[in-house]
This record gives sequence, C-alpha cells and structure tokens, in this order.
Amino acid sequence: MSESPVVPKQNDAATRPGLIRVALQSPSFMIGIVLTLCFTLAALVSFVWTPFDVTQLVISDKLKTPSGLHWFGTDNFGRDIFSMVMVGARTSIAVALIAVSIGICAGVPLGLLAAARHGSLLDEVIMRTNDLVFAFPALLMAIMITAVFGPGAINAIIAIGIFNIPVFARLARGAALSLWTRDYVLAARVSGKGPARISAEHILPNITNLLIVQGTIQFSLGILAEAGLAYVGLGTQPPLPSWGRMLSDAQTMIYIAPHMAIFPGLAIVFTVLGLNLMGDGMRDIFDPKLRRAR
Amino acid sequence: MLPFLIKRLVSLCLSLVAASLVIFFVIEVVPGDPASFMLGMNAEPDTVAALRDSLGLNASIPLRYWQWVSGLLQGEFGTSYTYKVPVRELIADRIWVSLPLAALALLLSTLIAFPVGVIAAARRNSPTDVSIMGVTQLGIAVPNFWFAMLLVMFFAITLRWFSAGGFPGWDAGLFAGLKALTLPAVALALPQASILARVMRSSLLDTLGEDFVRTARAKGLSQRQALWRHALRNALIPVLTIIGLQFSFLLAGAIIIENVFFLPGLGRLVFQGITQRDLIVVKSVIFLLVFAVILVTFIVDMTYAIVDPRLRRARA
Repeated sequence: MSESPVVPKQNDAATRPGLIRVALQSPSFMIGIVLTLCFTLAALVSFVWTPFDVTQLVISDKLKTPSGLHWFGTDNFGRDIFSMVMVGARTSIAVALIAVSIGICAGVPLGLLAAARHGSLLDEVIMRTNDLVFAFPALLMAIMITAVFGPGAINAIIAIGIFNIPVFARLARGAALSLWTRDYVLAARVSGKGPARISAEHILPNITNLLIVQGTIQFSLGILAEAGLAYVGLGTQPPLPSWGRMLSDAQTMIYIAPHMAIFPGLAIVFTVLGLNLMGDGMRDIFDPKLRRAR
Repeated sequence: MLPFLIKRLVSLCLSLVAASLVIFFVIEVVPGDPASFMLGMNAEPDTVAALRDSLGLNASIPLRYWQWVSGLLQGEFGTSYTYKVPVRELIADRIWVSLPLAALALLLSTLIAFPVGVIAAARRNSPTDVSIMGVTQLGIAVPNFWFAMLLVMFFAITLRWFSAGGFPGWDAGLFAGLKALTLPAVALALPQASILARVMRSSLLDTLGEDFVRTARAKGLSQRQALWRHALRNALIPVLTIIGLQFSFLLAGAIIIENVFFLPGLGRLVFQGITQRDLIVVKSVIFLLVFAVILVTFIVDMTYAIVDPRLRRARA
C-alpha cells in the first residue's frame, strides 16, 4: 500500500483546464510572461544573429544617436548598442539562472533535511548557518570573493548563488514543516517510509509551486545583483557585453551621450519587471484562496 | 523579558564570532599566502618574506585569528598596507559619509512608503491603488545605480540644481553636506520605498480584515477612524522587520551608489582596497558592515519583543 490513496492531489490545481483561463485573465501575468519571453528570445537569437558584430570596433561610427540603422545608437567605440543589449541579455540570464540553480540545489535539500529533523541539533545548526549567510548581503559576499579570487562572471555567480541558498532553505523548511503534520505524511510513515523518501515523494512535489514562484523572484534579484556587480567592475569582464558594464561605460560619457545609459538600463528594468510580474501572477494562480479574494 | 534578552544576546555574540571566522578564513586562509597576493606576481622573495613578517603571517592560524579579533575588540583594525596609516583612521573618515547616506535613504524611504502604503490600502482596488501598485512594481525593477545616473542627467546636468558628484565634507557646513548626499539618498531610497509601501499596504489589508477592526466598525467608528486608531498600529510589525532588513541593503547599496557620485565613503575605500590588494582594509570594512547588519537585526528583534509581548513569551 505504498503509494496511491494517500498521495495528495494538490497539484491538480496546476493541471485543471480552468487554470489557463485564469492565467489569460491576469493582465500582470500576461505582461510578465511576454516581457520574459522577449528577453529570452533576444538572448537565444544573439547566439546565431545580431544586427552588428559586438566585438567589432568602428571608431568612425562612434557615439551615434539612435537611428534606423543603429536602433539604440552606438557607443564610444562605435559598437551597436542594440546588439550589445541582446548579447547582454544572454550574460544576465545565464548568471542569474545558474545562481538560482545553486540556491535551489543546495538550499532545498538543506531545508527539507532541517524540517525532517525538526527540533534536532542538525535543524538548529542548519538554520543558524542560514542566518549567518543571510547577514552577508550578496554584494559583500561578492566583494570578499572577488577581493581574493579576482573579478569575473564565475565569481559573481558563486556570490549570488551562495546568497540564494538560505532563501530557499528557509522557504523549503517552513513549507515542509506544515506538511509534516498532514495525515498523508503520517500514513506514509506508518507504511514504513523513511524521512528521506517522504521528503522526496510527498513533501517536495507539494512545495514545487512555492519554489517556482520564489525562483522567479530570485531570478529577477539575480539579474539586478549581476548588473550591480558588473557595474562596479566585479562581475562579467570585457570583451563580453553585460548590461551592468555597459552602464559603467556609459557613465563616463553621460554628458555627451546619454543614450548609452538609457537602453541597457531599460533592458534591466523590463526584464526584472517581467519576471516579478510573472512571479506575482503565478502566486495568484497557484493559490486559489488569493484568487477568490481578488 | 530578561531570559529572552539573554538568549538573544548570546546568539548575537555567536553570530559575530561566526561572521569574523568566515571573513578571516575567506580572506586570509583560502588564497594561500596573503603577502605574495598583496605584492603581486613580480615580487622578490625577500620582499614577500619581509611583508609576511610585518603582517605577522608566520604565526599559527589560530594565533593570527586571535590577534585580529582582540584588535577588533579594542577598536584596532591593523595598519593599511597601501596607506601606511591605521585602518581605524581610514574608516573613521569615511564612515561619516556612508552612515549618514544610509540613514538619510532609510528616512526618505520610510517617509515615502508610509503614506503611499496607507493610501493604497485605504482605497483598495481603486484606480489610485492600482496605479500606486504599478509604480511600486516599476520601482522595484529599477537598479538603484541606474536611477542614480538618470537623476544626475536630469537634476545635475540639465537643471543644474545639484552637483553631479563629490562631497565637500561636513566642514563645508551641514547644508552643503546634505545637499551632496540628497541625490544619492534619493537613488538609494526609491527601490526600498517601493518594497516598503507594498509591505505596508498588504500588512494593513490583513489587519483591516481582523475581528477587532470589525468590532471597532460595529461600535460606530468610520472605516477611516478604525484604520487610524486600530489597524495601523497592528500593521506595523511586519513593516518594522522590513525596515530593519532594508538597512543592510541600504548599507550595501551605498557602496555602489558612492561609486556613481564619487563619494568618499566606505564603498570607495573597499574598492580601492580591492584594486590595491589591501586585504587588511577589505577585511575590516566588510567586518564592520556585517557587524552593522547583525546589530540592526538584533535591535529589530528587540523592538519586536517590546511592541508585541506575545513574541517575547513564545521565543524566550
């Protein structure tokens, strides 16, 4: 009697046909998903095609304002800013995605473990370590890592990733603790399943929705953090374009070429906005209680 | 109250010890030899040996850690390797830029967020509420350093109301100092105010649904009176936590914003420390910032317990 009757049916919400209708009716979710798709597409297309070569310097074309040829204008080396924003999307998405994956892969098992051993010394140690890591803002972590290992995209990923671990550990623990009191978990224990199997088979599937929503939010925070690190010179290094570095280049040109600062900034804003709207929308959709309240 | 206070104090001390251990190990132990790291690749072996000597690196790791921590306890961070002056002096000069900046930003963020959040909650689902929520959603998405650049473009370059950067020092007068910190503080405050306003709104909406608010309405108070007299005070608890958390974001954010405005604060110091491989400076500033974050978290916890006696009993 190991599986079937006691496995909860909560995930039904995600498969009900009405869900797509709800999603279509939520304007913020739709705006969010469209924005996110746009930037994902731009990043993917940049692998095979960009309007101009981002590594080619054309000094004669430098500091051109936006035109039909150069949609976002050119920078002080004559590079096409539109193309650079496209390639920058790739960098931002890659860094943030890997950092969130680090957070999920390390944080969720830790959180589940702490919940499974609730009240034990292990639980206490995991949560206090979490608090400690949480006291280091991502930026300070990155500064420390780059001070020792030098700046670069990999170190930025590590710093943002480490910062994500306690976020997911806390979330997973909190959500798992309330699930451990459910009858179906009790049934699973009675049927002889160990804590690890219960966590994997009964707890994890039921907190997936929460993790997806939080993952979206952390993804957007990761993009902001990557931009900040690259801006102060601790993130992605030349010649790879990144939105943050484009902005720090633009700063020196701010008096003569403001357009250099506008477009990479807007790219960050719309990507982060898209992800946040998508996350909020998903939270509403996954949680029927919120849906009724609206 | 006393057992709770003692428990929190012990955990505060443990956090500080743990934080110092992490910083010490990442910066001093992991990279191998700090002396050759600080001198670069082309250093002569005897120069490295001399620096190792003067940094006290020949001592054992536990002894070095103890020397660093006991120095910290006495307010001595060590001597900067590039500036050849005590790090304490370097920090003392710069903290009077970073701290007022973070404080000003926190003040601004709270001043903006409170009324905005209350209005949005009071007029729930009205066009006002919807537009406030839209604007705050945008505010969260704006990177503060980019917003800072936009402020410079508009207020410093176009309107010429403020200077584009630099800090005249507090000797030039309170007004001149505050004026130089205004744009940076606004840039720091905007995203935080957006978050805070949203928290304020949702927390207030939660309390407005509580029984005691209905009772207040039933005894004849108007919705507005019930909001001001009963709901608002109860809605402040989550808001308080976020304000505490924001302080750490503001301090860290100040590091970046100082770069935009060329402010001589702790952020500039730490970045100079990194480029000049001055690990003593980097280590000290980071410890100081982490210390501030841990301390603020502690203070928020204590305020919590004062505001809400239930928490005191539950966690003591």
